[in-house]
Amino acid sequence: MRVAVMATCLGDALFPEVPRATVRLLRRLGVEVEVPPEQTCCGQPMVNTGYLEEAVPLVRRTVEAFAGVDAVVVPSGSCAGSVRHQHRLVAQRAGDGALQEAVADLAPRTYELSELLVDVLGVTDVGASFPHRVTYHPTCHSLRMLGVGDRPWRLLSAVAGIDLVALPQAGECCGFGGTFAVKNAEVSVAMGADKARHVRETGAEVLVAGDASCLMHVGGLLSRQRAGVRTMHLAEVLATTADDAAGVV
Amino acid sequence: MGRTFVGMPPFPVAAQAALADTTLRRNLAHATATIRAKRAGVVAEVEDWEDLRVQAAAVKDATLDHLGEHLLTLEASLTARGVRVHWARDAAEACRLVGDIALGHGLEEVVKVKSMTTAEIGLNEALAERGVAAWETDLAELIVQLGEDLPSHILVPAIHRGRAEIREIFRARMAAAGRPAPADLSDEPAELAAAARLHLREKFLRARMAVSGANFAVAESGTLVVVESEGNGRMCLTLPEVLVSVVGIEKVVPTWEDLDLFLRLLPRSSTGERMNPYTSTWSGVTPGDGPQEVHVVLLDNGRTRALAEREGRQVLRCIRCSACLNVCPVYERVGGHAYGSVYPGPIGAILNPLLHGVGSDPATDALPYASTLCGACAQVCPVGIDIPGLLVRERVAVVDAHRRDPRPKAEALAMRAGAWGLGDARRMGLAERASGLVGRLPLGRRMPGGRRGLSWLPFPGSRWTGARDLPAPPRESFRQWWSRTGRDEGHRP
Repeated sequence: MRVAVMATCLGDALFPEVPRATVRLLRRLGVEVEVPPEQTCCGQPMVNTGYLEEAVPLVRRTVEAFAGVDAVVVPSGSCAGSVRHQHRLVAQRAGDGALQEAVADLAPRTYELSELLVDVLGVTDVGASFPHRVTYHPTCHSLRMLGVGDRPWRLLSAVAGIDLVALPQAGECCGFGGTFAVKNAEVSVAMGADKARHVRETGAEVLVAGDASCLMHVGGLLSRQRAGVRTMHLAEVLATTADDAAGVV
Repeated sequence: MGRTFVGMPPFPVAAQAALADTTLRRNLAHATATIRAKRAGVVAEVEDWEDLRVQAAAVKDATLDHLGEHLLTLEASLTARGVRVHWARDAAEACRLVGDIALGHGLEEVVKVKSMTTAEIGLNEALAERGVAAWETDLAELIVQLGEDLPSHILVPAIHRGRAEIREIFRARMAAAGRPAPADLSDEPAELAAAARLHLREKFLRARMAVSGANFAVAESGTLVVVESEGNGRMCLTLPEVLVSVVGIEKVVPTWEDLDLFLRLLPRSSTGERMNPYTSTWSGVTPGDGPQEVHVVLLDNGRTRALAEREGRQVLRCIRCSACLNVCPVYERVGGHAYGSVYPGPIGAILNPLLHGVGSDPATDALPYASTLCGACAQVCPVGIDIPGLLVRERVAVVDAHRRDPRPKAEALAMRAGAWGLGDARRMGLAERASGLVGRLPLGRRMPGGRRGLSWLPFPGSRWTGARDLPAPPRESFRQWWSRTGRDEGHRP
């Protein structure tokens, strides 16, 4: 099976370890991986801030970059949600019938990482090894927009050596919210501070989530607090094997 | 009395003050967590809850699609039962109508059933200007009124107050409004309720006119419905001679069968009860029993504006249960005042822009942004309003309304620049190579896990780094890595 990786703009520019881990993981599972070079950003930051017009060229670029591939995997719940649920709105705005068709064509081929692994590839034990105490935060868009359910938890549970602990009030938003994090920075930080407190209550060494953006927010707070908790994307943990130096991808 | 939301700062500024109020934070966290848990418990008992939500949304949508016809049916039914029906285009018209009725009877006071619609139109303040005192009789509304405060929640307008504060308000303010609070009043809930009961009983027995809203108006029979917990509403609805109800035009339901659906959804969503203690229904005048002069003011005040929006009209499904407030992590931390409206929280963040329009008032324009789009609200809404979706649509409306501004906002310029930079893989690659050079500098300090992070950036980056470290740019982007080694990586044995 051939799968195209959507690195996401944040993953490409700031967290390259996330799409790299995605590539490594999928190849280990025997998947033929492509990375369409023309991809940039799905347009979500513009759409969620109200700049629909500005998102049109980004959506156009995205559907062109991923035209014709069997499946697209996105290591981000919110970017997968953007492709599946928001591109339609942008294409409507553009008033471009061909773009509307292309958007409708891409949406059902687009999977968040845990969906691809569990639903398409049919694996929950991906052969990873990660002997650390880990807690998992289900990000809002993966949980409520995509409905990934317990797929990430099942994937993590199958990792060898992992000490997986439940996060109190896990389903509550971390406060990132895209441009909300700067437009309403104080409320964002107040929410993030409570999330960070719950993370610390677990005694976990690593906070895992399926969105680098949310991790950037909570991880930024944990770092400022000198909390001694690091953040890792789900893909990074699942890509780690017994052969790797512990925790380093 | 007479504090209003007019002139309050926009959400981001108001929220900062609210966040710093430690008593408010504690009261809200406690109260919302309690109601959330109660709601979750009683909703889980209903096997076909999801079906009920879908049905309720369908009934509301179908009613809204033919709102004019249902309103005319309602008017005919009400009139046939001896009700005088008035139509009000806006808040000023509605307030004038109610004031005219009170003054027509030579009255200087009215008692009030808790009503969001009369709060929306600022009725109490309008009546006060004409020399008519409007006494709130709902316990929480009484606390807000005596405290010269503003409501901060749709269902529990004094949710931001703790019992100790309520005792102080009663002791300091009840005497000026009527029967004083006992000198030895404690902050025990039963004592506080008893003090309010004695204070209000005087007003119920004296009042000649009551003003209410309505949770529902049944078109086929001309029946108004008020759902409440305390029974104080029923006192108002039965004791005075004159009853005036201000009803938003979206409150109409065609039949009693439809009403049944909403009476099952509302209490569980709202107070977390299987059934609310008092459901009052009245259909016009019954000779010798209850109010003998009954008026209904049907209010538009922006509702037809919202109705004209293809997607936005679903906001008119709202039955004011406040479940979305109670689950909202933003509301939980800042409370209702920061939203600058009697309708706070997620529903307020879409309802106010849809009722009043965007593009002219900075406070209204800020509301759709008062959310992380986490979607918790949409999961609990009993009438299935796509609140996150409408928040995005209203953001789009705000941005579009400002597209022709002579001086675009910095945000608009940043978004355009971002869209240009990200609009092409080559441009993005160049930007990444530049940031990779920055990433080679020994900046910042080690974040947990070892990566370098920045703790300080100039404005506007300081909006992030004020409280959060930011990872320094990587030396190599994913794009660069892929073109360098990615095609082979992972193919090792």
